[in-house]
Amino acid sequence: MTDKTVSLPEAPKHSGFIKNNLRNYGMLLSLLAIMLFFQIVTDGTLLQPVNLTNLVLQNSYIVIMALGMLLVIVTGHIDLSVGSVAGFVGAVAAVLMVTYHIDYPIAFIACLLIGAAIGAAQGYWVAYFKIPSFIVTLAGMLVFKGLALAVLQGRSVGPFPPTFQKLSSGFIPELFPSAGTLYPTSLLIGVVLAFALVLASARGRAREQSHGIEVEPYAFFVAKSIALAGAVLYFTYLIASHRGLPNVLVIMTVLIAAYGFVTRRTVVGRQIYAVGGNAKAAKLSGVKTERLTFFTFVNMGVLAALAGLVFAARLNTATPKAGLGFELDVIAACFIGGASAYGGVGRVGGAVVGAMIMGVMNNGMSILGIGIDYQQVIKGLVLLGAVCIDVYNQRR
Amino acid sequence: MTAMLEMRDVSKSFAGVQALRDVNFTVEAGQIHALVGENGAGKSTLMKVLSGVYPAGSYEGAILFDGEERRFRDINDSEELGIIIIHQELALIPLMSIAENIFLSRAPSRYGVIDRNAVYRRTAELLAQVGLRESPDTLVTDLGVGKQQLVEIAKALSKKVRLLILDEPTASLNEADSAALLDRLLAFRAQGIASILISHKLNEVARVADRITVLRDGRTVDSIDCRTEAVDEDRIIRSMVNRDLAHRFPERNVAIGNPVMTVENWSVYHPLHTARQVIKNVDFKVRRGEVVGIAGLMGAGRTEFAMSLFGKAWGYNITGKIRLDGREVSLAGVPAAIDAGLAYVTEDRKQLGLILADDVRKNVTLASLRLVAERGVIDDVVELKAASDYRNRMRIRCSDVYQEAGQLSGGNQQKVVLSKWLMTDPQVLLLDEPTRGIDVGAKYEIYCIINELAEAGKGVVVISSEMPELLGICDRICVMNDGAFVGEFAKDDATQEKIMRAIMRNVRMSGSGAHDDAVQVAGGAQ
Repeated sequence: MTDKTVSLPEAPKHSGFIKNNLRNYGMLLSLLAIMLFFQIVTDGTLLQPVNLTNLVLQNSYIVIMALGMLLVIVTGHIDLSVGSVAGFVGAVAAVLMVTYHIDYPIAFIACLLIGAAIGAAQGYWVAYFKIPSFIVTLAGMLVFKGLALAVLQGRSVGPFPPTFQKLSSGFIPELFPSAGTLYPTSLLIGVVLAFALVLASARGRAREQSHGIEVEPYAFFVAKSIALAGAVLYFTYLIASHRGLPNVLVIMTVLIAAYGFVTRRTVVGRQIYAVGGNAKAAKLSGVKTERLTFFTFVNMGVLAALAGLVFAARLNTATPKAGLGFELDVIAACFIGGASAYGGVGRVGGAVVGAMIMGVMNNGMSILGIGIDYQQVIKGLVLLGAVCIDVYNQRR
Repeated sequence: MTAMLEMRDVSKSFAGVQALRDVNFTVEAGQIHALVGENGAGKSTLMKVLSGVYPAGSYEGAILFDGEERRFRDINDSEELGIIIIHQELALIPLMSIAENIFLSRAPSRYGVIDRNAVYRRTAELLAQVGLRESPDTLVTDLGVGKQQLVEIAKALSKKVRLLILDEPTASLNEADSAALLDRLLAFRAQGIASILISHKLNEVARVADRITVLRDGRTVDSIDCRTEAVDEDRIIRSMVNRDLAHRFPERNVAIGNPVMTVENWSVYHPLHTARQVIKNVDFKVRRGEVVGIAGLMGAGRTEFAMSLFGKAWGYNITGKIRLDGREVSLAGVPAAIDAGLAYVTEDRKQLGLILADDVRKNVTLASLRLVAERGVIDDVVELKAASDYRNRMRIRCSDVYQEAGQLSGGNQQKVVLSKWLMTDPQVLLLDEPTRGIDVGAKYEIYCIINELAEAGKGVVVISSEMPELLGICDRICVMNDGAFVGEFAKDDATQEKIMRAIMRNVRMSGSGAHDDAVQVAGGAQ
């Protein structure tokens, strides 16, 4: 008791710091807790290398679309059409590559351009005609679901050329002779990545400190760096002991890093948040609000197309049902990750963590043999709970 | 005659700003009591206290109705007694019929099913009472503003009104509609219904009022019994504006240079009612080192004028010329206006000025991110330093620049908005009500900033509804009414009486602000 009273004056600053950061890292901690829970109840199956690799592959397209959806949600809009668009683009890819035998790089680029065109078409109505995005993209959802059926003429089209399949089912090439069960190239990339992350944050901290800016406590910084590096290393070790880094994980990581950078550090990113926070004030501050909104939809279209390609490559066939309901998982990922339905708030990291929470729960519950019926119930309740916690946090 | 309503020593303050101070206000049964005063004198606040919008306990003093002390918890309590307030912004639902609007919450019904015939019949009776010849099934959106006002009054009558409060009911009406409305009030008086009429139009007030009370700075400063005394408009105007200058204004070295912005033949139409010309071919000029004030009533077109200059941020079919330092420029959008050296500080900092959920730093740098970024990438350290500089220079009181703008007080929020615009290094600043809703100390600091800007050779335009403020800080004051400049006074020549007279004279001449569209809509609905 006496100890507590003595240490009180010191306490507020640090506990304030930890409290603020708890809010930022709250969802990450939830993810860790959920992973730990399933790791225990599945007797360690969850984090077995083969399952982990599967987990990444299963959720890659959700994560990719969540990056675009986050921007759309931050500007205060929503895109319900992403699932249909992904399905449609997958169908187009199949027709181009399988039916017309067009080379896969050309077909790939054509598909991304189609995605951009779709995003532009929808964004135009939202940004310049001020039609609620809910309605525009609801219409888009129906249109592209129908077009996917039309393009495929109701049949499944496949299989894809082997090089295209590599997009989803391939792994990075091994440069070194295999060392037992481990893939050294992947491991090396993981080590370099962990080192680079720690170095970058240390340099950033030193720079801020040299300008007299208040930084996080040293102990906290060290703990954070160790945790970060440890997590990256452990993860790559697991991945490297199956078949190495999947290609799609490399794509995802690059995209996450790029979108994280754009949202946090660039003028465009700042302006996107400003539009969502108060569109009128942003406009009167010289932000081109319409153009930004338009381009968030274009961007969403491209990412939905990419996700459609990844999904089609993974199934190795384009089916009329591809993409069905993806939009719900993607939107749920953003909201679980702390994005605000009113716009202006949300982080790339949050959306990724949100997508991973959904993915781990899907995977864990499947391992446990819980039926698809109750899986949906539980996921729904988690979504509601996560947003409730967030609203409660905002009110305090 | 006995007092129906007595408000005793009512005081009310908002976050340190005293809006009402020991106000005494009495209304007798069957009396029309006019309440006049400048914008911000406390008229609406007093009426909100009376109607229970501000519940008992949030103000000091007592309200007596029929000789009994009343403590209204909300607007329902006051309506119960027959005190009905009709706000300036009408509270009708446009896409519902007149009948549905009047009986919105208390429709005659049986077992929860609305008795449509009874609603129709009673609405027809009420409309006859207010002299509105329209079918009860007519949609409110098809009515002109004048007729909508009558629907509001019919709605009040349906609630067994005893005291009717009208907040600037004729502000958006033309002459004929205003006259009809005032005749209605006289007819109600004959039936024993008392009215409180808030109005800027002294000719109207003089015509119908039995008593006129003048509010100034939240106090009752004069009360005239029109039955025993002649109504002297000069006396009323003097009471409205003649205050002891409680807050002083900082001194400035005036060094006026060449015109920095010249506006010629500027004309702006309403973006929705596209036939309505809001700014009527005006000329305007501000010189380097000069602070020019624009006086006028709310709705005179001052904000619309400023925003239309600022990259056509408001309005439709904007024509006219802007010259900056003698060179003609075309400012097609806000970014172009910012680049050309214009800044517009909005009157509505919460809705249009700030991103409340974002921190001070992000708000300050929003309009000039280019300055803290290289090739589109923001340099955190440079940005933080810029924001901290403004925080110190403008003395923004916040825990640090990472504090949310929404958590700051009004004065500090205003300084954040000003910082944002100073950072763009403007040559002409359009400040729209820069001291609205902020306390005296913060006002003084804002005046100092305005002076610094003028001394640095910028052109400053201040739109304000507080006349002492304009007199205190401006070198020249232009008076705007109904979209045109109706008077201009040099600093030494300007007095509150002259300005008020220029406004009042023109309000009377234009009747109502002559909103053409209202007339047209009303005509079309007949």
